[in-house]
Amino acid sequence: MSALEEVRWDAAYNFAYLDEQTKRMIRRALLKAIAVPGYQVPFGGREMPLAYGWGTGGIQVTASVIGPDDTLKVIDQGADDTTNAVSIRRFFSRVAGVDTTEATEEADIIQTRHRIPEAPLREGQVLVYQVPQPEPLRQLEPRETETRKMHGYAEYGLMHVRLYEDIARYGHIATTYSYPVMVNGRYLMSPSPIPKFDNPKMQDNPAIQLFGAGREKRIYAIPPYASVKSLDFDDHPFEVQTWDEACALCGAQNSYLDEVVLDDRGGKMFVCSDTHFCADRRAEGHRGELGGDPAALAFARTAEEEGADR
Amino acid sequence: MSTSHDAALLKPGFTDAVFEAQAGFRALLDALAYAGRITTLEVSLDPPAPLDPATAAIALTLFDFDTKVWLDAPAAAGPVPAWIRFHCGSPIVSETHDAQFALVADARHLPGLGDFDIGEDRHPDRSSTLVIQVPALTGGSATRWTGPGINGSIEVAIAALPEGFWAQWDDNHALYPQGVDVLFVCGRQVIGLPRGVKVEV
Ligand SMILES: [Zn+2]
Repeated sequence: MSALEEVRWDAAYNFAYLDEQTKRMIRRALLKAIAVPGYQVPFGGREMPLAYGWGTGGIQVTASVIGPDDTLKVIDQGADDTTNAVSIRRFFSRVAGVDTTEATEEADIIQTRHRIPEAPLREGQVLVYQVPQPEPLRQLEPRETETRKMHGYAEYGLMHVRLYEDIARYGHIATTYSYPVMVNGRYLMSPSPIPKFDNPKMQDNPAIQLFGAGREKRIYAIPPYASVKSLDFDDHPFEVQTWDEACALCGAQNSYLDEVVLDDRGGKMFVCSDTHFCADRRAEGHRGELGGDPAALAFARTAEEEGADR
Repeated sequence: MSTSHDAALLKPGFTDAVFEAQAGFRALLDALAYAGRITTLEVSLDPPAPLDPATAAIALTLFDFDTKVWLDAPAAAGPVPAWIRFHCGSPIVSETHDAQFALVADARHLPGLGDFDIGEDRHPDRSSTLVIQVPALTGGSATRWTGPGINGSIEVAIAALPEGFWAQWDDNHALYPQGVDVLFVCGRQVIGLPRGVKVEV
């Protein structure tokens, strides 16, 4: 039996695709990122053979962290079965031969775009976020030299002003995604485009949270049990989204819900964005108002896929 | 200078560079992320004296021609410089403040923490990482660690650190987000001490 036959991944690639030099560079950046929570560590690194929209930053981080015995879960907007999530899972099956799962609790590494799973994470798990824009101040200040200075001196007044303008205009802070956080009381950080519903999960999480931005070549991290505070004001405390409805499929009242349009007469339902969480609850016997209806279930999954591809 | 004759006598590096480096990195990630806990590097490595297996594994995992390495006198005296040049290609520097990584084979020879590179206010990542070998990771004077990576607090009792080390650490921690990070090593085991951790004696 040849050595090649023993190899579980496609031997045309180095294990996990990246060359060892690139992995070393990213690994050094990751360790510094852990040591300075929320600070964006620049890294070099080669271009990935994927368009940026596919989450090259997250893929580079996962490729530098993953080992042959790891089990990988990939979610996109909470769903395991969207095109993007399936492609990234297949990529790592092929280049690293790793097992994959949809079960949050079975995964050693979870690569995510736009959500944090509903099921609590545990120690030793690594959550890898795909980050399209790592700089929380970029919309307010386009110059990198200036934003770097602001982080250097913790001058974050500009962001407070912007949030306060929201309050003046709308009576509340209108930002619902990429809601900025202060990490370990020092660095302003973009949590990536997760809904602000997920922000509180970052605080004191037992898992390791790593963030990779491919286009801007930045890595940042939140170590376990770290302080992560969403920006707010004494008279306008931070609040997460809430729904009057429960999940139509599993009846969950405490999960992040997506609105699904059922027909052109204004009919709609709300379902869990975290597909694995929802399926788990249904398997346990929980039912929402449409939970027994197989057509509603199939429709919700199709609608989620279309929503994710928007 | 190492000669080709020396190179033939050098201790080997990893048997399987790809997988041992990955396993080594994950252990280091855990060690720095879960500060204060003992993490084991599962490597079968025959390190050059006076390096512990974990110290040698850290070098093989993280060092290359991009990383400047400083060695304390016991490490610099033996086969270690040639071993690092051969397996990692790293430049060995003589000034502590030039070091991206510092290997301290004997904690008694540890220079002041303030002699190393603490990074810059806009680039705190450009700071030295110190690998400090100690005779034991337990059994020393008890210290209480708090900060990121620690669930509440953790008691750590690293043995045989030089007099005044924790006072120096206080100064280092006060520089946050600048400052050095430390990996304490004994045998195959590592304890991570990132700059954000506060230590009470
Ligand atoms: Zn549900």
